[in-house]
Amino acid sequence: MELDPVLLSRIQFAFVISFHIIFPSFTIGLAAWLATIEGMRLATGKPIYRRVFDFWLKVFALSFGMGVVTGIVMAFQFGTNWSVLAERSGPIQGPLLGYEGFTAFMLEATFFGVMLLGRDRVPPWFYFFSCCMVSLGTMFSSFWILCNNSWMQVPLGHAVVDSKIVPEDWWAITTGPIVRVRWPHMLFAAFLTTGMSVIATGAWYVRRRIYYEEGRVMLHWGLGLVAVIIPVQLLFGHLTGGYVVKYQPSKIAAIEGRWHNEKPASEVLIAWPDVENRRNLFAITLPPPWGSMIDSGSTTAEEVGLDSIPPENWPPMRIPFFTFRIMVGMGVIILAVSWFGVWLRWRGRLETTQWYLWIAFLSFPTGFVAVLAGWFTAEVGRQPWVVYGLLRTQDAVTPSLTGGDVLFSLIAYIVVYAVIYSSGFYYIYRLLRDGPAVEVRAALPGPARATALRGAE
Amino acid sequence: MSAVEPSGLALFWAAVIAGAILVYVILDGFDLGVGILFGTTRDAALRDEMMGTISPFWDGNETWLVIVAASLFGAFPTVYAVFLPAFYIPALLLLLSLIFRGVAFEFRYGAGGRALWDWGFFLGSTIVAFVQGAAVGAMIRGIPLVNGQYAGGPFEWLRPLPVLTGIGLVLGYALLGAGWLTMKSQGVLRDWAWHRISRLAGSVLVVLGIAIIAAFIARARMTGNLFMDRPWGLVFPGLGLLAMAGVFIGVRERRDGMPFAMTVVFFIAAFLSLAVMFWPYMIPYSVTVASAAAPDKSLSFMFWGAGAFVLPVIAIYTAVVYWVFRGKLRKGYG
Repeated sequence: MELDPVLLSRIQFAFVISFHIIFPSFTIGLAAWLATIEGMRLATGKPIYRRVFDFWLKVFALSFGMGVVTGIVMAFQFGTNWSVLAERSGPIQGPLLGYEGFTAFMLEATFFGVMLLGRDRVPPWFYFFSCCMVSLGTMFSSFWILCNNSWMQVPLGHAVVDSKIVPEDWWAITTGPIVRVRWPHMLFAAFLTTGMSVIATGAWYVRRRIYYEEGRVMLHWGLGLVAVIIPVQLLFGHLTGGYVVKYQPSKIAAIEGRWHNEKPASEVLIAWPDVENRRNLFAITLPPPWGSMIDSGSTTAEEVGLDSIPPENWPPMRIPFFTFRIMVGMGVIILAVSWFGVWLRWRGRLETTQWYLWIAFLSFPTGFVAVLAGWFTAEVGRQPWVVYGLLRTQDAVTPSLTGGDVLFSLIAYIVVYAVIYSSGFYYIYRLLRDGPAVEVRAALPGPARATALRGAE
Repeated sequence: MSAVEPSGLALFWAAVIAGAILVYVILDGFDLGVGILFGTTRDAALRDEMMGTISPFWDGNETWLVIVAASLFGAFPTVYAVFLPAFYIPALLLLLSLIFRGVAFEFRYGAGGRALWDWGFFLGSTIVAFVQGAAVGAMIRGIPLVNGQYAGGPFEWLRPLPVLTGIGLVLGYALLGAGWLTMKSQGVLRDWAWHRISRLAGSVLVVLGIAIIAAFIARARMTGNLFMDRPWGLVFPGLGLLAMAGVFIGVRERRDGMPFAMTVVFFIAAFLSLAVMFWPYMIPYSVTVASAAAPDKSLSFMFWGAGAFVLPVIAIYTAVVYWVFRGKLRKGYG
């Protein structure tokens, strides 16, 4: 069997980036959560906030480390496996990703150290300031990634000179209409991911009546934040869909399971797409003009179907179709869990409703699943393009690569990640299981993250 | 491949990358070296103390590798797109080793399976050193291109010359690490390190001597001749030899900081020798600084944020950390 370096490189990229994105989306939210809790401690002076803070700080340190080491792998993927992409669009993607590296590492080098080790060496206001800066830094870091990815989704502000794609207008690249909705969509996704993890941890403690006070703080704060953020996130999700309708007809047609042009269009809720015969089986469909209203905000608009797009420009249709529904489904679960929890709290029954605490605990992966499903929708839906309309994925791969090379590296990544991730998850699980310390410890000894974590053990 | 003379911005970023590589080699070099030496003893107390001498520094040191990669992709995408495919398997080994080695610092205390992480730390450090050295050897041989993309096989980096330079860099980093240990430790660990420096320095000289002969043989078959165009460049290998003499003097007189300082000078001399050999090429002997540079619009976009602001912050931060943790390791750095 001939091994296809393009397909294997795509699988490898999907593998390393899926494992990577778990950590940044968690740490972006955690950094904001830690800054919030530290701000509350500063405002109220209550020691409970300090205990909750110290607990999540340990989780943050470990997740940040895992995010950094898996992120370094990402920085090299463009060069090793996608060298034609790196060479042709490097003048645009290089500076954007370069800025991400610079931002992330400047952050790690400065305020992150204060956060881990500076508690007793700097004044409280400066400590809080450092927490805010770390949070700001993680958001900034994601900004550059979203700039870069939004440019790959809808290239703007560029020119093509001698087959190279060069920047014309950095302003359009960094503040274009697409990144303006996609960056907040990613940030809110990160906040929700962490929020659901905080809620689940709190529910776990409260249900078992261990670390009860800390658990309640996590549960109350997590529910409040998630309940407020989720409707905003649904709005930004809708706005993100708006750019897809406008610029990426092949992706929206795949997401909607729409085979033929319709005016006005119906809306497929769920179905099994039959790609061969260009139809949906077992479909549950809302009648027209629902599809037009959702996609274009109009009762009469025509919506494009896959029929009017050449099949060589179709994405692998079933993946975005289902991942999109998984993402939306997670959003609905998050909405239900958080709003119902807030209602229970309002009725004063939150801590005693055992079955709800179970559900809140079990819903901890909802945010992670939504983030992964959302990225799969965006990235697989963009195929067969790597830079939409400009460069096809199959033309972007490193020419000297053989299928054997990529198979070797893919297996190596899978083996190493299996070892690293199982140990890392076990370590984080142990931190969560052991719970917050009863007493606030003295300054963590040692300066490095490693030493800090060891001291915190 | 239009421009003949590199623009000022291109020169700035080339200088940043060269400087960052040199800083990286020296800084991560000593902690990789300590990782290599870590595997040569079974004494748990010595191992913990070795880890202790580098734990405040190692992740900051690796930052410089990311600066190299980020600047390269941003400023010289052509080089990035040729270099990484040419070193596909070494780059993979480098990344996986850096991951293993990096998490070992934390996991050996809390994730169970300590022997696994100790092995990972030693092997990871050694493999990182070897593939970096091998990359230098492969660059001296020259990297074949067709239409601006790498056109060689996946194992060019395992020819005799790259293997020699790979072993040379493992020994060189170990020497740097041993010098770091005599400078930063006391008692048993310092004596342990003193006993290894002369042998390491001797091995470095022998391996590099053979590698230089191999390099002349490899290059004689191609165009150009190492230093023949720029004989003044021979100053730098000369400086390297003097620095090595300094290492031996440091050992004889037991001056704690001297082997490290002299090894650093040796590395600088070696780096400058290579720079003289390669200039104006970034990918020997086909891609020049001028032909690889991104358009000035990209370079200036990077300059005003990363060049003028982030780089100075990282440089100052690095200096402050080394100042705060100066002197000998006592009970941890606490």
